[in-house]
Amino acid sequence: MINQEHLKDFLPGWVFVNGDSGDVAFSSRIRLARNLKGFPFPSYANEQQLAVINETVKQALKNKSDFGLLEFKNIEDLTPGERLVLVEKHLCSPQFIENPRFKTLIVNEEQSISIMVNEEDHLRIQTIMPGFSLENALLLANRVDDFFESSLEYCFDEYCGYLTACPTNVGTGIRASVMLHLPGLTLVDQVKKVLSALAHIGINVRGMYGEGTESYGDLYQVSNQVTLGRSEEDLANHLKSVCRQVIEQEKAVREALLKDSKVQLEDKLCRSYGILTQARMLTSQEALKLLSDAKLGVELGIIAGVNVINIRKLFFLTRASILQKMVGRELSPSERDFYRAKTIRDFLNQV
Amino acid sequence: MLCQRCQERPATVHLTKMFDHEKTELHLCELCAKSVGSELGFIFGPNFTFQNLIAGLLEGDLGMYPQPTADKGLCCENCGLTFSDFRNGGMLGCGDCYRYFQNGLEPLLKKVHGSHRHIGKVPKRTGGKVRIRKEIEDLRLELQRAIGKEDYEHAAYLRDEIRRREREL
Repeated sequence: MINQEHLKDFLPGWVFVNGDSGDVAFSSRIRLARNLKGFPFPSYANEQQLAVINETVKQALKNKSDFGLLEFKNIEDLTPGERLVLVEKHLCSPQFIENPRFKTLIVNEEQSISIMVNEEDHLRIQTIMPGFSLENALLLANRVDDFFESSLEYCFDEYCGYLTACPTNVGTGIRASVMLHLPGLTLVDQVKKVLSALAHIGINVRGMYGEGTESYGDLYQVSNQVTLGRSEEDLANHLKSVCRQVIEQEKAVREALLKDSKVQLEDKLCRSYGILTQARMLTSQEALKLLSDAKLGVELGIIAGVNVINIRKLFFLTRASILQKMVGRELSPSERDFYRAKTIRDFLNQV
Repeated sequence: MLCQRCQERPATVHLTKMFDHEKTELHLCELCAKSVGSELGFIFGPNFTFQNLIAGLLEGDLGMYPQPTADKGLCCENCGLTFSDFRNGGMLGCGDCYRYFQNGLEPLLKKVHGSHRHIGKVPKRTGGKVRIRKEIEDLRLELQRAIGKEDYEHAAYLRDEIRRREREL
């Protein structure tokens, strides 16, 4: 079922690369919110204005691009399933595909740049880098921003900065975030304590998958809350130093677990790996939990002979919309559980 | 996850009920949650949304914020959005809204960001002018002070400087 050549269509580009602190940090992301001068913000713009904004942005990039080959995806032309795949690949927000009229998603070949046109703001410039690499993501985002600014006039105010539809984004318009995998802190029941402490210092945390306080797969998105009154570099550096500490704690806990309760840890992780390689049906929740264990096992050298990149890929390949795209048709929940288990087996046994 | 009751719509309401140390979890869509809510004895308050949060922040701490009567009729002349529209929806209509609603927004921005002044990147295109305008403002203040001190020589120099900068705009 899996054709290696087409994997790029189903996976975000950064998944293929082991970045800095890649065992804890999946990816680092920068998002800049920008609006064009002379137009109402998208939710108050009429169809004609939205069409003009959409065309203006596309033209700005079509004439000349420093960012390699760009793909322009007209959201209206995509099937609902294809739209969901873009969300699962973190190339656009779930809100972006809610109403597809006059919306374009612009993505570069490596999928490190994705630009949403007519989301909540006229422009949402997003850059994603593998591992813990906020500086590089910020550099790239600034390059894209500067490029647009050379031909488009932004909505900017000397006191309030870059003006945005929602006052929570005004100023720098920046949202920096790091996706962290914290199975160690979860195992020793420390994750909630660590993460709730972050809320007091202007850092936002949410579980990647799951609702409320539960996060399946132990994946957390950590980001800055404030966008006004501090510079972009300052905000990114603040997040960076906070994430650095969380990463260090996670690494220390992993080492301690390996030292103090090696057999229990081995037992737990190897059991999970056993289920992953043998199960015939897996729900997405269960798959995420087991993949989290397997990733930890591989990284601690408990599970041998598995490339950790393949496990990272499976976090995405087992999402419902991506499974359906790989199989090529809509699947019932039980069919999904079947293909999810099959994909995992195929993937782990081939290597 | 699908709603456990109708198996049709996605589950967006997640309930955990504790009774005699026994935990029951329910995952429901919004519609089913509303109908099931009363039988289970859960009380559903008004939706806690981002918009309500903005409205709450605007209304909190009486006295510091413009009262509904004070900003009644406050309206952005560019897009037509009223301040009460913003209060209800949480979204601004256009860039000019920031100017028209300045008094109402400033305390909100301070509450959300701890500041109401942008520090950071300035677009090169508009940035040049912004910087010159800021310099002119400073020179004008200095000119006032010079005139106050009857230092006419310095005042004349400042006047010429301001003219020179204004030509750059």
